[in-house]
Formats: sequence, C-alpha cells, structure tokens
Amino acid sequence: MATRIQGGRVIDPANEMDRVADVYLSKGKIIAIGKKPAGLDIRQTIDARARIVCPGLVDLRARLREPGLEHKATIESETPAAWAGGITTIAIPPDTNPAIDTPAMAHLIQQLGIKKKPGINLVPIGALTRELKSETLSDLVALKQAGCVGFSNARRPVENSRIMLRIMEYAASFGFTVHLHAVDPWLEQGGVMHEGAVSTRLGLNGIPDTAEIAGVARDLALVAQSGCKAHFMHVSSGKALNLIRRARFDGLDVTADVTAHHLHLTEHDVGLFDTRGHIIPPFRSQTDLDALRAGLKDFTISAICSDHAPHERDAKLASFAQSAPGLSGLETLLPLTLKLVNINIVSLYDAINMLTAKPAQILGIEAGTLSPGKSADICIFDPEKEWQFDTEKMLSRGKNTPCNRWPFQGRVTHTLVRGKTVYTLDD
Amino acid sequence: MSPADIQLDENGKLKHFLSIEGLKKPILQAILDNAKSFISMGERRIKKAPFLRGKTVVNLFFENSTRTRTTFEIAAKRLSADVINLNPRTSSSTKGESLLDTVNNLEAMSTDMFVVRHGDAGTANMIAHHVPQHVRIINAGDGQHEHPTQAMLDMFTIQRYKPQMHNLRVAIVGDILHSRVARSQIHALSTLGVAEIRVIAPKTLLPVAVETLGVRVFHDMDEGLKDVDVIIMLRVQRERMDGLFLPSEQEYFNLYGLTEKRLKQAAPDAVVMHPGPINRGLEIDSAVADCKQSVILAQVTNGIAVRMSIMAMVMGGGQG
Repeated sequence: MATRIQGGRVIDPANEMDRVADVYLSKGKIIAIGKKPAGLDIRQTIDARARIVCPGLVDLRARLREPGLEHKATIESETPAAWAGGITTIAIPPDTNPAIDTPAMAHLIQQLGIKKKPGINLVPIGALTRELKSETLSDLVALKQAGCVGFSNARRPVENSRIMLRIMEYAASFGFTVHLHAVDPWLEQGGVMHEGAVSTRLGLNGIPDTAEIAGVARDLALVAQSGCKAHFMHVSSGKALNLIRRARFDGLDVTADVTAHHLHLTEHDVGLFDTRGHIIPPFRSQTDLDALRAGLKDFTISAICSDHAPHERDAKLASFAQSAPGLSGLETLLPLTLKLVNINIVSLYDAINMLTAKPAQILGIEAGTLSPGKSADICIFDPEKEWQFDTEKMLSRGKNTPCNRWPFQGRVTHTLVRGKTVYTLDD
Repeated sequence: MSPADIQLDENGKLKHFLSIEGLKKPILQAILDNAKSFISMGERRIKKAPFLRGKTVVNLFFENSTRTRTTFEIAAKRLSADVINLNPRTSSSTKGESLLDTVNNLEAMSTDMFVVRHGDAGTANMIAHHVPQHVRIINAGDGQHEHPTQAMLDMFTIQRYKPQMHNLRVAIVGDILHSRVARSQIHALSTLGVAEIRVIAPKTLLPVAVETLGVRVFHDMDEGLKDVDVIIMLRVQRERMDGLFLPSEQEYFNLYGLTEKRLKQAAPDAVVMHPGPINRGLEIDSAVADCKQSVILAQVTNGIAVRMSIMAMVMGGGQG
C-alpha cells in the first residue's frame, strides 16, 4: 500500500532539490520522487498542489519536560504540537530530571517518543558531566552507543576552564560534537533580561552581551586547543557571532544556531515586565537582531531551532525576576522562519535547509532528507496561507509565547511520520 | 503597552499610581497642587478629610519599611479610610502562597486600595493587571524600578523652595544603580522640565546607558556639583561596601560625601535633600544634614500631604 504526494513543490536541500514533483511512499519509507515506480499500488493520494513538500523539520532543541517536570508538559502532550509545527525529529537536551547521563536515560527518551506509534523521533543529547554538575565526565562513549547524538551541559556552563578543556579533549578523541551554552557565568548571574537602556528603565538586572562574548571567546580558544567539534547554541549577540564567524573563517570546526524568536524579538518586547518575554539568553538589542539575521544570510548560523520550553500558567504569573524563563516554541518555529522568507532575509530554500538538512548534519543523524529509502518523515505546508496565531488554540500544554495574535503567512497542512499522516490542518 | 495605559482611566484620569514614567506633566502638577491643600490640614486640630471615608486601604509591604508605611498609614487615616497593615513576608507568603493568591484573598475582603511595596521590579504593575476594575494600586517601591510617591514628595519639596523649576540644575548623588527613588526622580524632573539633571557616582553605581534617561553623568563630585540648585543625596547601603561596588566607606566619603566644603561648589542658595534614612558620615556630613540649606525633615512632612493627594486622586477626588 503506497501513498502519493501529488503536485507539490519539493524542496529537499539534503539532495539539492527544488522542483515540482510527486513523492511516493511505501511501508514508511520514501521510495521515489518524480516518476511513479512500476507496479506501485497507490491507495492514498495527498493533493499538494501549490504547496511545499519538504522533509519533516528537525528541531535542534526542545524541552518536552519528561521525565521530571511532567506538570509543565509531557512527551505525549507535546508531540501533537510538534506535528502541527511540521516537526518530526527533536533533539532533547540533557537537563531532564534525572539528567541524560546514563544509557538507560538515553534509551528511555527514545522509547517514550515512539510509545504511541508512529510517534516522533526523539534523539537525546547526552550530559557532558554527571548530573550536569561540571565535576566528572559522563560515560560519553556508552551514551553515544545508547543513541546520544551529541553532548552538552544544557544551560549550565562548565565554569572551570581546565575541566572544559579536558571534556573537549575527551570528546575530540571520539569525534563527538559538544553543544555549548557559551557564557561567562559570573556575568550572567542574577540577570533576567538584556542589559541596556530597557533594563535600566525597568530596574531589572541585566545580562550584558559581554557575558556571551566572553563565553564564546573562551570556548573558541578551548576548541582550537582540543580540536573538538563544537556547536554554539542559541547565539544572541552580534559580537559573539562575529567571533564565531572569524573562527569559521580560520578553519575551526564550529557551527551555531539561533532560535526562531531571537530573529524577531528584542529587549523592547519585555514591554512593561511582560513575563512572556523572559527568556535565556535574553532578547537583545535591534542591532543584535539585525546581526543575527545577517548571520543567516552569510551562513555563519546554520540552523534555526525552537528552544521549546513549555511552562504551566503559574510559572509566568509572578514578578518578572521570579517568573520562569523560556517560551513555548514548537508551533511557531516554521511560521517565524517563513516570516524571514517573506521579508527577504533568507530564501525559502535556505530557510528549509536550516530547519532540516543542516540541523540533521549538526546532530549527525539520518533525518531531514527525502532521499529514497529513508524514513518518510514529511512536512507539507501552504506558503501563501495567511493566518493569525492564537495561544488559545495551541496544542502544546505551554501557552507561554509572546506571539499571540501575530499574523503569519505559511501554514503546515500535513505532517507525516514514517509514512503515516499524523497531522492534517482542518479548515 | 506604554506605562501610561494602565495608570489612567478612559478619561485620562489617574487610576493607579505605579510609575512616574508614562505620566504627563498636568497629572504630576495636579498631584503637587492638590498636596498644597493637604499641607495645612496637618496643622489643624482635627486632621481629617472625608475623601476616603468608607474605603479600605491595605498597606501590603512585602519588604519592611516602617517609615514609608507609617506615612502611607497616616495619609490614609487623615483621608478617613480604614487601614490595614500587612507584612506578608511574616505571614502567608512564607507558607508558599503566591503573590497573586495573597492579593486575591485580600481583594475578596472588599479592599478598595492596595499600597504595595515589593522587592521585585514590576510587582505593583502585575497586581494592577490582575485586580478588578474598582480596585486601586499605589506603588510604594518595586525592586529597583520606581518609587513614585517618594519622587513626588521630592518634587513637592523642590517646588516649595524653588518655584521656577525650569531654571533648575539638579544633581542626584550616589547609588543610582540600585535606587528606585533615583529612577522615579529622574522621570519626574524631566517631565516637570528642569533645566538639567546630573547624576554623580562612580561607574559601579550607575546603570548602563543611564544617559538614555536624559541625564548628564559625572564621576567627579566637585565638577558635578558646580552651580547646581538642588542636591539630592541617595542613601548608600552598607552592603555595597563589600569591595565590589565600592572599596571602602572612607574612600566613598572622601570622594562623594557631601561636606560643607563641597557644598560651596553649588549655588549659594542650593537646597540639600535626602530620601532617608541618612547615613551620617557616609554619604553626608552631619553638619550638612543639619545646616539651614538642608530640607530633609521638610521632605518627611511633605510626604504625608503628597501621599494624601495621590490617594485622593486615584479614588476620584481632587482635580486631574
């Protein structure tokens, strides 16, 4: 029994493809693009005319809160939200509770994703250090064998540079990629928003961009010495990005991502203590936002992610400083990225590349591609569809986003996981 | 949303008093004008006006402050309100009740006005967003954000001694970084239209981009005091003397303490102000605190009248 996705514009950057073609699926796999294979028994046809057919999105970082913080969300609650956003693969950061520092935890995460078939592909990022305490190395090789696709200390920077160097040397020995929240912890400490004119007016403690610049500078030096492959997570400032650009020019094996919301929001979106704007790293200045967009254009930034962090209502019903940082981002990842396409910051092709092939490449996984023989994880969207985002209609349990009532152009109409349609837009 | 939106009702009248930022000059001037009529009341035998008769005012102080709370209490009582003082840090908030739960509970007891002080910036604002239409919120200090009633009583004091505000040069000296009073004062001074606002402090005690608030920055006290008409000394918390913000009390006093000699840099009739409580010998010399140019005690007296004026206005009394 086979499925045909008919008449869509197929954009598959992993195969440098951008053309109108039919896509044929069978037994959960992609079997052909273009010409119908002989003898194929088509039982289902999805009309994709005037739509984009691309690989299911690969989200470099989303916290589904399980295990450990099930009062905020669960893998079951967030999976439909991911589907609605066209996302079919998610890398899970290690700051679950317990942390992903044992093979058992790595297995558990992957199994939870497919507990209800076809589910969603969850790939764990292993903890660099046990319990993320920055004291002793986790069993990186065992974690890798258990399915971890990279290693990080989540948002807890390894303060001690000597320990960080040892970690990178060890990871480099086996070719592992280290995902870094590069920040100087003492400059970040106590801060709740970008340090600048707005934090001064509001009397909130700021996190200067210097915190990120110093963190990136140190980590780049350690990367150069250790020969480790490094990925900088959620870069937020133009000056830190300049350091990464220079390092890449000098030949260091480093990549960087940015969150979709940091490409649209600035310190001014904190408004009058709007806790939905409380996020780490903080929304920075307009100059930084422009620099991040420029970083997309020249490919210094290679991937865009959601950095999904769903919260229960009460977590944001507090004073700004006491509120929990983070926003619910699965359902806005694609719309916010397409907004950049609509204003000519990036091409549609490059945008899809940064949501599919590039993140898959950073993670070193077989995803984000429509190659025949690969899993039929597919996102179909209508690039012209105009709609308004409504937090009341969000599928994620976390409704914490500053994007309520934002107008978007481009909406997912179908999501397929292993050949099965898991999401269809009904309207 | 601009800071004005939530503070004013649909007719542009003062509804909550949360921050100076966002309020226009006519409102600030109305507060000052109304306060004048309340000043004389303090000298009468019967110190009562009926503006808040039958109303319940809750002083909700999550941070301790006997002085400020007392002036609010006196102000509310002189307006004939029933006043309840709560210090939730020692009651429900230690039992894990959230801030909004506390407010909801009190609101359910038909409270008409909350006077809120909290250690976190934005708290009064958040409460104002969550209370029913008829409930009024007055910010008595939120973190390092604003302390608008203190700034208004300072403006009142300045106007009493220096009625021509547009000619004034005003210097604010000390820990601007941690001071909600300074932020409110800067907004008030610039809205009321003084000629120049200066801040004098080392960089460690200045917030970044402070000049975006419309002030001139001085690190040298003598230079900064030159020809000013008003000197506002800020209290320096002793915990700032931990060697990070400031090296020592002695060095601070040597560089930024207001002495009789330094006072001579200012205009001959300059007035000296301080929101209190003062640290004699740390930010201000005793002789200066008690000299005839000092108006520190007048500030305290004016504080009651200005708070009465604000409370009456948010409840719909007085003009503006």
